[in-house]
Amino acid sequence: MLYAILCYHSEAIVGGWSKDEDDAVMEKLEVVHQRLATEGRLGPVARLLPTSAATTFRKDSDPPLVLDGPFAETKEQLLGFYIVDCDDLDQALAVAQELGRANPGGAYELRPIGVFYPSNLPQDAR
Amino acid sequence: MSDLAWIDGALAAARPQAMAALLRYFRDLDVAEEAFQEASLRALRNWPDKGPPRDPTAWLIFVGRNAALDSVRRKAREAPLPQEVLISDLEDAEADLAERLDGADYRDDVLRLLFICCHPDLPATQQIALALRIVCGLSVAEIARAFLVGESAMEQRITRAKARVAKAGTPFETPGAVERVERLAAVMAMVYLLFNEGYSASGGEAPLRSGLCDEAIRLGRLLLRLFPAEPEVMGLTALMLLQHARAQARFDAHGAIILMEDQDRSRWNGRMIAEGLALIDKAVRHRQPGAYQIQAAIAALHARSPRSIDTDWPQIAGLYQALEHHMPSPVVTLNRAVAVSKTEGAQAALALIEPLGERLSAYFHFHGVRGAMLLEEGRSGEAREAFDRAIALARTPAEAAHIRQHIDRLQAEAAQASPK
Repeated sequence: MLYAILCYHSEAIVGGWSKDEDDAVMEKLEVVHQRLATEGRLGPVARLLPTSAATTFRKDSDPPLVLDGPFAETKEQLLGFYIVDCDDLDQALAVAQELGRANPGGAYELRPIGVFYPSNLPQDAR
Repeated sequence: MSDLAWIDGALAAARPQAMAALLRYFRDLDVAEEAFQEASLRALRNWPDKGPPRDPTAWLIFVGRNAALDSVRRKAREAPLPQEVLISDLEDAEADLAERLDGADYRDDVLRLLFICCHPDLPATQQIALALRIVCGLSVAEIARAFLVGESAMEQRITRAKARVAKAGTPFETPGAVERVERLAAVMAMVYLLFNEGYSASGGEAPLRSGLCDEAIRLGRLLLRLFPAEPEVMGLTALMLLQHARAQARFDAHGAIILMEDQDRSRWNGRMIAEGLALIDKAVRHRQPGAYQIQAAIAALHARSPRSIDTDWPQIAGLYQALEHHMPSPVVTLNRAVAVSKTEGAQAALALIEPLGERLSAYFHFHGVRGAMLLEEGRSGEAREAFDRAIALARTPAEAAHIRQHIDRLQAEAAQASPK
């Protein structure tokens, strides 16, 4: 069974870490990453950029609504995610539009990724 | 990370919002500061054992408010303090407060807290020092270090700034739409001043002062959380991120400036660049260009070029022209001239530069750029004169050293050209 582990924390606190503090945390995490990777159990890992860089694409209205900022409603739940390579926000919005046409309702939050480690799962090996 | 380090981080993160709410409540900067201070002390005593509260900001406001009220009452009739345990157990009151914090009040509170630091009577350095002390919560010693002055001098400067702000009276009424825009513009200007205070540091000082850039970026992100749909706030934050991303590559081991075209681009901070580019993408969708967005767009074109020779100079020259329209200034024209020199050559650039001479005669970069253009045109004698004036105007050893390189090259070329 593959599990997604979604990371939540206070953005103001994590964003306030000094470079040294941030590096220290990443270094400790790296130990865990390395072990899981060697065991062939680690899928892709992403560290997202701050929510201030996010754009929300509401596909429950027609036409869909593009809003600045992260997805902030509490009545919907996180059901899945995509990682897509895009030149810019417009291209990401075009992908969201296409996905939204296939599956209307709800919303997508488009959040750029700051750090990305590709999958180490054996089934993803190319 | 130890408990105490976690609490420090939580206190710093909560500070602008908590201070802003306490200021609204007490309408006095010093009382609000004392209240926050007291709440922070109690947090350090209580949180390690009891664990962090669900909403640290609401806890700090609540405890700070009660502590300050207690102190007022105690002074009045020497009544005993209530048990801290009682205060921190009032979960309902905290939840209620947390809910209200999410509202628009909170946005105007934080904006007000930032805005009072930008009082037009305050010189720029006092505005920045006040913001660092009150909003960012840096200690006087830390601010003094960043400004390269003694601690008592900085203490005096901040005390004077506070007195002036208090005399001016804090605007506590809820701002109207126009007023809110004006306050935001003043706050953005102050944040960018703060950033430049750190960014303009020379090589030797840069490590001491780059913290100012981090604080400015943190304030930019705070403004973005308050005003998520303001393209100029996106532009300002993007601009600071894209410039600060180059920090590690800007100076050599001896502290001398490395020009952007000679910087090792692998040392640029990729995460900051990615965040800056994402913010510009968002801003552009609003189709309301402004000075910060245009400057950010220029910085973005540099950030997107894998090598210096890939730089899209025609587009940069165009953006500077747009910037001249939004923010007319001889310095902007001078920058446009540099871009034009890359697309149309030194002669076209000099045509733009020469009319600026009167207004920029005391500006180091004017003479530096002019000298470089004259040199390219083969007018060595005039170039030498311009470089000499630039050196005389250099504010930092790094700036002077940079110009000296040009002069050395000139002399080397002259020596080579002269008959033996």
